[in-house]
Amino acid sequence: MIRKALALGVALLRLWLWRPSPRVEEPPRIVAPGEPAPRAELLLLALLGCASACAVAFVVVYAVDLPRPTQLFGLCLGLMFAFLASALVLLGKRLVPDEEIEEDYPAPEREHAQEDVIGIVEQSGDRFTRRRLLKVAALGTGGAVSAALVAPAVSFGPLFHTSALDRTPWRRGRRLVDDAGKPLRAADISTETFYTAYPEGAPREDLAAPVVVVRLDPEELRLPAGRESWAPRGILAYSKTCTHAACAIALYRKPTFAPTQPGRALVCPCHYSTFDPATGGTVIFGPAGRPLPQLPLQIDGDGNLRAAGNYSGLPGPSWWGVRHR
Amino acid sequence: MIRATVRFLDSRAGAAPLLKKALRYVFPDHWSFLLGEVALYSFLVLVATGVYLTFFFEPSTTQTIYDGSYAPLRGQQVSEAYRSVLDLSLERKAGLLIRQTHHWAADVFIVSIVLHLIRVFFTGAFRKPRDLVYYAGLGMLMLALLEGYIGYSLVDDLLSGMGLAIGYSVGMALPFVGANLMLAIFDGPFPGSSSFWPRMYVAHVLLLPLLIGGLLAVHLLGIVARHHTQFRAKPRQTERKVVGLPAFPGYAPRSIGLALAVAAVLFLLGGLVQINPVWLWGPYHVSQGTNGAQPDWYLGWLIGALRLMPSFDVTIGSYTLVPNPFWGGVGFPLAVFGLLAAWPWLERKVTRDRGAHNLLDRPRDAPWRTAIGVGILTWVFLVFLFGSSDRVYVFFGLSYEGQLWVYRVLVWVVPVVAAGIAHRVCVELRAGEHVERMRALAETEAARERALGPLGATEPPPGAPRPARRGP
Amino acid sequence: MRRSAGIAALGALLALVAALPAGADPPPPGIYANAGSSSAGGTPSGRAARGYALYGANCATCHGSRGEGVAGPPARKGVGDRPGLGPPLRGVGAIAADFYLRTGYMPLSSPSAQPSRSHVLFSEKQIDAIVAYVASLGHGPPIPRPHPERGNLSRGLKLFTEHCAGCHQVVAEGGIVTGARVPPLEDATPVQIAEAVRIGPYLMPRFSKQDIGDRDLDSIIRYVQYAKHPDDPGGWALGHIGPFPEGMVAWLIGGSLLVAVCLVIGRRATS
Repeated sequence: MIRKALALGVALLRLWLWRPSPRVEEPPRIVAPGEPAPRAELLLLALLGCASACAVAFVVVYAVDLPRPTQLFGLCLGLMFAFLASALVLLGKRLVPDEEIEEDYPAPEREHAQEDVIGIVEQSGDRFTRRRLLKVAALGTGGAVSAALVAPAVSFGPLFHTSALDRTPWRRGRRLVDDAGKPLRAADISTETFYTAYPEGAPREDLAAPVVVVRLDPEELRLPAGRESWAPRGILAYSKTCTHAACAIALYRKPTFAPTQPGRALVCPCHYSTFDPATGGTVIFGPAGRPLPQLPLQIDGDGNLRAAGNYSGLPGPSWWGVRHR
Repeated sequence: MIRATVRFLDSRAGAAPLLKKALRYVFPDHWSFLLGEVALYSFLVLVATGVYLTFFFEPSTTQTIYDGSYAPLRGQQVSEAYRSVLDLSLERKAGLLIRQTHHWAADVFIVSIVLHLIRVFFTGAFRKPRDLVYYAGLGMLMLALLEGYIGYSLVDDLLSGMGLAIGYSVGMALPFVGANLMLAIFDGPFPGSSSFWPRMYVAHVLLLPLLIGGLLAVHLLGIVARHHTQFRAKPRQTERKVVGLPAFPGYAPRSIGLALAVAAVLFLLGGLVQINPVWLWGPYHVSQGTNGAQPDWYLGWLIGALRLMPSFDVTIGSYTLVPNPFWGGVGFPLAVFGLLAAWPWLERKVTRDRGAHNLLDRPRDAPWRTAIGVGILTWVFLVFLFGSSDRVYVFFGLSYEGQLWVYRVLVWVVPVVAAGIAHRVCVELRAGEHVERMRALAETEAARERALGPLGATEPPPGAPRPARRGP
Repeated sequence: MRRSAGIAALGALLALVAALPAGADPPPPGIYANAGSSSAGGTPSGRAARGYALYGANCATCHGSRGEGVAGPPARKGVGDRPGLGPPLRGVGAIAADFYLRTGYMPLSSPSAQPSRSHVLFSEKQIDAIVAYVASLGHGPPIPRPHPERGNLSRGLKLFTEHCAGCHQVVAEGGIVTGARVPPLEDATPVQIAEAVRIGPYLMPRFSKQDIGDRDLDSIIRYVQYAKHPDDPGGWALGHIGPFPEGMVAWLIGGSLLVAVCLVIGRRATS
């Protein structure tokens, strides 16, 4: 055991003291000569040692359960890389010969070679008699082949039919339910807050599904013509999807004291499009280009809120046919 | 051992002449030339950490109930994608480190590309014969933006879900074909069918990295084929001769050192600074939104532009030709990238300089280019700044509406003013250099006269001002 | 010379900017101190009477001499008139008075200013007195007693996201709505959260027991308490507001570190 340790120690010592013996005959040098830098060598060894320590630390932290593991992992790996980086930069700046060499930029253009290439192509066409026709035919065939190759992309989705955008999950008579599936009762709708409702029995992850329900004093309503019956007892429903860029309209401004505070509004948190519920969802601030689609409401015999038809316009962001429903 | 390796490579691949050329290849030396390498090495970290992440991520929007260790989400309905990211971040050792490093690498990747682009633009490195390299670089920038956007949207958290809806709306806003395109890409109206998520995933892990890799190859090969540009720092450096460090042994350790330093910074950030804590945001649902939602920084210019626009859709009859999000989401970035892409051609046309350039300009040597570049940068930066105006309102009390009106004016006025100032500064700096050169010349003449002594009496006395010549 | 002036200007700018987020200014000094001191008389009528004196000195200008509110500017100018405008306090109950006073929302420096958390001008006993007085104006709701420990954290996050996150941000860091700032909730006590939900102060919607039951409110409060100090396994949390500070770190820390590394590694052109 001791003999083995001694042998290891001797081997390490020899490694430490080893210096390359001078060559007898020197071929002409390509790399410039450089002065020895023993201090830099020591520093390099120290940096490598530190990097190894960090690497070992990383493995240890991986094996053991410590608090704040992510920070420890980051420190170990990050410092390991930092030490390695320092070692290499030290190598590059202090331990390799300092050289500055020059070379020619390649010539901008090589006319002879260009001529040769052009010549090769042109001379190969010696046997053709109908050049233009063949060119046109090649182009046409290329176009047809490209069309064939691209054609399967049409199956990606409804590329030619935008009818899916015209559909909403709302129907006349469909009940409004809350997140838990409980129907919304008209008597429970307060004027002081806002509610999110979904169509009963229909999928919810659809831009046209969620509506925001608010209640205003019927005296305050100034809805567009034709919507007089859309807000029974002042209860209004609007699409919850902003007509600008499809974010959920999750803000409701309810003034406590009207003379000094901004009026009621539905606001979108993305770009702050602001819609007025009293006037049919008109845009009063922000970039939205279309008013908020309103869902007509009715109150059924049990006092539950139901849709009285479909939206006044298509919910969601604008597109070519959004106004042409 | 070295001899054995070299003999092996030469006898099997004929590589000795190539190796000799490669090892002594000349790299001109300036710190700003390393910015592109920072981008390259960030990309390598992205790929390495990204491969790790693919072993854990599940690209599926199938709903499941979260049952992991994070209490506020327990029992909630989330997608498999979201759940797999939570599990990787909160249950797997070092999972969060790799994920955060990946995300920081994406942010820093684009930071370094922008810094590199600024260096390339203001020194005229894009001129012939390197315009192809420049176009490849611009292409990589655009792809990087898309790649980052898709990457953080894959997680399906509340913030990125809102961003995906906005992306859908911007796509819908393309005139005529927007809706058709988006329906095809998403396979139906937003949020799309169950095949949309695997499409995003394949785009993010395979298609876009391959495209970026391909452009990267064009970019690097183009540089190697024509050599890197250089500043005229020494008289030896000319249009014909490139002076610098050899690849081996001088440049290689520095470059590898830079790669390791980039890795160090990214892993330190990844471990010490939290980024995109998706467990806090919760899962995305179409009916939910949070205040203060922002895209990753490199899309901040787009949110600023979208918010700045006044409210209008361009309609013809009952058809909507240009929905509102088009201007901020498509028009604005197209204008910026279009200008950048057209710049080499524009500059050639205006200056009538069709020659090849291997020497770089200092920004002051091309006052018009510098001025317009400063103008574009200021324009984009101001729109960017407006994107954070809600936080400015919260923090400083400056009303959002007030900032909106001020920015609508500033965004057009300040870039012009900044360009004017930049032009002036360039011209003044060059005039100052000319004065300096004349002064140095006068002093050498004066010193020479003093050395000649009284015999040189026909010359004007020392120190007398010489008539100044107006320079270029 | 120029440099120190520049530094002074920068310092002034920083001071100005730092002063802005300090919150609402307290109103100009009034006669609030000595009216109704802490002498004996803990009886409700005594407390309410003391409250009335305090109310008269500090609140009546905007809320009317008997809590009836001031709907418009006064017809005639008189001595000591200050322009006042404010809602009636009949029936708002102890809950509203307690909330607005304990947060420093009230007194407000000007009727059109946004109320925000600021320096509380009154002592505990004074607040109790004013609350007693306002509670005596009609039968309003009492101060709530929430029990967040009975709530469920996961249900709290769900409810908070649905009802509150649109304005307050999903980790309660605050935000904006068109025309107003929305406060972060890091200083809100459980009682204050319960009060705000049931009152709907300023522009905030009001959620009655019908809209959000007591047990659900406990869950929401439990979540907000958590959101004040969430687990941050990833490290420095940057304020939990998402990509905006992350981008700043990418540029100011990542970018500058890497540019510094480039400067160290690369030789400069002039050397």
